[in-house]
Amino acid sequence: MPSGKDVVGSVLIAGGGIVGMQAALDLADSGFYVHLVERSPGIGGIMAQLDKTFPTNECAM
Amino acid sequence: MGMNKRKAVYVPFAQTVPLKYTIDRKACLYFQAIDKGKKGKCKACEKFCENDAINFDQTATTVDLNVGSIILAPGFQAFDPSKWDTYQYTNFKNVVTSMDFERILAATGPTEGHLVRPSDKEQPKSIAWFQCVGSRDINRCDNAYCSSVCCMYAVKEAMIAMEHAHDPLEASIFFMDMRTYGKDFEKYYNRAKDDMGMRFIRCRVHSVIENEDKSLKVCYVDEQGNIQNEDYDMVVLSVGLESSASAIELGNKMGIELDKYNFAKTSDLTPVATSKPGIYVAGCFQGPKDIPYSVMEASAAAAAAARDLASARGQLQKIKEFPPERDVSGEETRMGVFVCNCGINIGAVVDVHEVAEYAKTLPNVTYVQENLFSCSQDAQDQLAEMIREHNLNRVVVAACSPRTHEPLFQETMSNAGINKHLFEMANIRDQDSWVHSADHDAATQKAKDLVAMGVAKANLRVALQPIEVPCTKSSMVLGGGPAGMTAALNIADQGFKVYLVEKKDVLGGHGRKLRKAFSGEPVKPYLDDLIKRVNDHENIEVHLGAEPKMVSGFVGNFHTDLTTGASFDHGTVIVAVGADSTKVKEYLYGENPNVMKWWDLDKKIEEDPDSIKQAKCAVAIHCVGSREPDRPYCSKICCAHAIESAIDLKELNPDLDVYMLYRDIRTYGRLEELYQKARSMGILFVRYDPDNKPKVEEVGGKLQVTVTDHVLGRPIVMSPDFITLYTAIAPKGTEELANMLKVTLNQEKFFLEAHMKLRPVEFSTDGMFVCGIAHYPKPLDECIAQAQAAASRAVTVLSKDKVVIEPIVAGFVDKEACRGCGLCVALCPYGAIDIEETPEGRKAKLISASCKGCGICAATCYRHAISINAFNDTQIEAQMHAFLNK
Repeated sequence: MPSGKDVVGSVLIAGGGIVGMQAALDLADSGFYVHLVERSPGIGGIMAQLDKTFPTNECAM
Repeated sequence: MGMNKRKAVYVPFAQTVPLKYTIDRKACLYFQAIDKGKKGKCKACEKFCENDAINFDQTATTVDLNVGSIILAPGFQAFDPSKWDTYQYTNFKNVVTSMDFERILAATGPTEGHLVRPSDKEQPKSIAWFQCVGSRDINRCDNAYCSSVCCMYAVKEAMIAMEHAHDPLEASIFFMDMRTYGKDFEKYYNRAKDDMGMRFIRCRVHSVIENEDKSLKVCYVDEQGNIQNEDYDMVVLSVGLESSASAIELGNKMGIELDKYNFAKTSDLTPVATSKPGIYVAGCFQGPKDIPYSVMEASAAAAAAARDLASARGQLQKIKEFPPERDVSGEETRMGVFVCNCGINIGAVVDVHEVAEYAKTLPNVTYVQENLFSCSQDAQDQLAEMIREHNLNRVVVAACSPRTHEPLFQETMSNAGINKHLFEMANIRDQDSWVHSADHDAATQKAKDLVAMGVAKANLRVALQPIEVPCTKSSMVLGGGPAGMTAALNIADQGFKVYLVEKKDVLGGHGRKLRKAFSGEPVKPYLDDLIKRVNDHENIEVHLGAEPKMVSGFVGNFHTDLTTGASFDHGTVIVAVGADSTKVKEYLYGENPNVMKWWDLDKKIEEDPDSIKQAKCAVAIHCVGSREPDRPYCSKICCAHAIESAIDLKELNPDLDVYMLYRDIRTYGRLEELYQKARSMGILFVRYDPDNKPKVEEVGGKLQVTVTDHVLGRPIVMSPDFITLYTAIAPKGTEELANMLKVTLNQEKFFLEAHMKLRPVEFSTDGMFVCGIAHYPKPLDECIAQAQAAASRAVTVLSKDKVVIEPIVAGFVDKEACRGCGLCVALCPYGAIDIEETPEGRKAKLISASCKGCGICAATCYRHAISINAFNDTQIEAQMHAFLNK
């Protein structure tokens, strides 16, 4: 594990879908600064295009 | 997706963040000309935008960032079937992809959620799904892998379509193997098949012909070998998942290794680490997978990155600040009511305008607004704006459900400087428009009632402040298998104390029985190293031969007594207690020594390879105890494990006849490669019917197996030297632990997570997490990732100095009335009430931090001494009056 003052307390996350968002939230909630980078104009990714999800048939949104 | 027209300036979707318009460069007249090297014209939007928000001179800029770690999560793209002429996706209008179909079903989609076929906008009477389009296929594309998610999403789409359709809908799914291997998947599949009458036809469709009325003739060969032609109104292609060109470019730019399918290469033992240190991967760029597992990996990657950067925790952190709260206690009540359409979810059933007009007549209501989506960013901004403009001090949102959206609206209240408990929600979607969609008038009336009740309660809402308690920065991990040890090490490496509690006298758990991961990597050296690191770690205290005797407390402040007498305080709990194989009473197990369980075979391969070299025939029986009526789930790992061992047998003895008696081969994702390899080696796969299971007998002292072959349609007889049973994995003793921890189990007694999709490793009880096969059977790589995920979620609690608890807890309304009878103490499921002696006599003592606000105490107190903040008797009575006095 790296240590010392050279370690930078920030993380770059490439992708703003459900995965990028969850990773960003975990890290931000654990004391790190996150740069979340997304190609498209909004975050949400493919899950935002889905209708409902199994097994509970809940709205994906 | 090209299903509908949109303008050259557009918003991606109504809930997009940030909710801002963007220019589609390819469709914009100005940019079209510029991109051709000509002088651009138009710029009409620039002229008409009142806020001068359009800037045509914006160009891409390079930003330099100095970061400690990188996580790649570019996701997947759906396979594009236009290149296949077989199914005529480009030519036949009523052939759509599964992604297109999701949009057809969605309320926000081009048909606003109305199930219609593209050719004539009429409701289809029959729909066929074709599985494995762009997956498990090396003839028409190079995607040899299984895309892991299509079987389940096809069943889901068909089920939702059947529910949407006004008239009976015939839904048929054409598949190769039905791969419903995940938690609760098999039950969903059974429901579709047995209760809803969905048809499942095992075959690859060879061609589709368009009829004159644009319906489609589906031509296939059935299991009996007969040619069949069936007409369907629509065909949905269940397209697979693959890496996009931009994801591949990203991977190449980062200099990480990709596998032959262009997914990021990882090891089964370090499932989120790429080939380059410090760069992690999560989600479908690592390999095709479903939402829960993607979310798990996201947390796992966060844990891996956080471990590297632990020494810099807090270095660059920024704390969110809210404006000071306005004291509204002296103000007269000014209430705002916001009624949501939720797209068409509410708007198509409830007359939202009528509800809004009605709200204006309710007491203290000074402002009413209708929203298309109340949860969208601009609606949030507006809500804050209206609170300020109209000086509102109570807000009611009539919309979806507080379960999902209350926190969002409450945060907006805080942003507007109003205590978030002055907010009330009326659930006019989940509890109204969704359940009364057939009766619009009644649904509208119910919406009015719910709004009136919300307003009545909001009138009596008071500001509440959060309860803050200190956090003990350590975790208890239950279970010393690969999952428990991985979670313990990650938390310890991040600088927090861990108490690792293992029932047995050794660490390792079921990992000790595994020879290798499905990638072929040996498990023993990995496990030995893991055990050594755990034992040597200064932050880990290992308790062997121990089980928890009593666990008390709440998030950040647990206390545990072990059966060994040891006891400690801890802030979080991780449950990684694993599961066990089941007892077998069939197939002569226990009667004939040559009928064995899977790990006996693995041992045989390792310790007695000569016996395999001399053998002539080996049989493996899959699904022993799994996918049965009393155990309606798939044990997930058996197919791949059986095939892996079969390959080993065949490598040891190429002349050995190896038979796999299976129901569906469920080698999802890249595990499909094992299946392909096994077939190419000549391992024989015979599918059996659960109603006609293989018969195992002893004939003349030798084993004999009879099974009806699915291709020949007649019984075949084998005389194997040995039979391996792939037995189900089932939880053992979880009920007792679940009771002690006050967490829930599913029907099959696996631990139940807080949310199947979005909170896959946490319990509903704060500060408690689950990982490994105690959650559901899964292979080693998934156990490791899930353990890292649980560690990540636990660290989000441990990295803070205090735990903030919502003030919706029990409180005294009339302490004098309390007689200390103890009824509430006996009934409180959270141990949050004690009895104390006071100068006024015996009284109940409330431990707010342990209280979950369930209200059992308030409901049982016949003296009406206790009530729940924000749910007190006066408020509930006001709601009832509002409903009854209309």
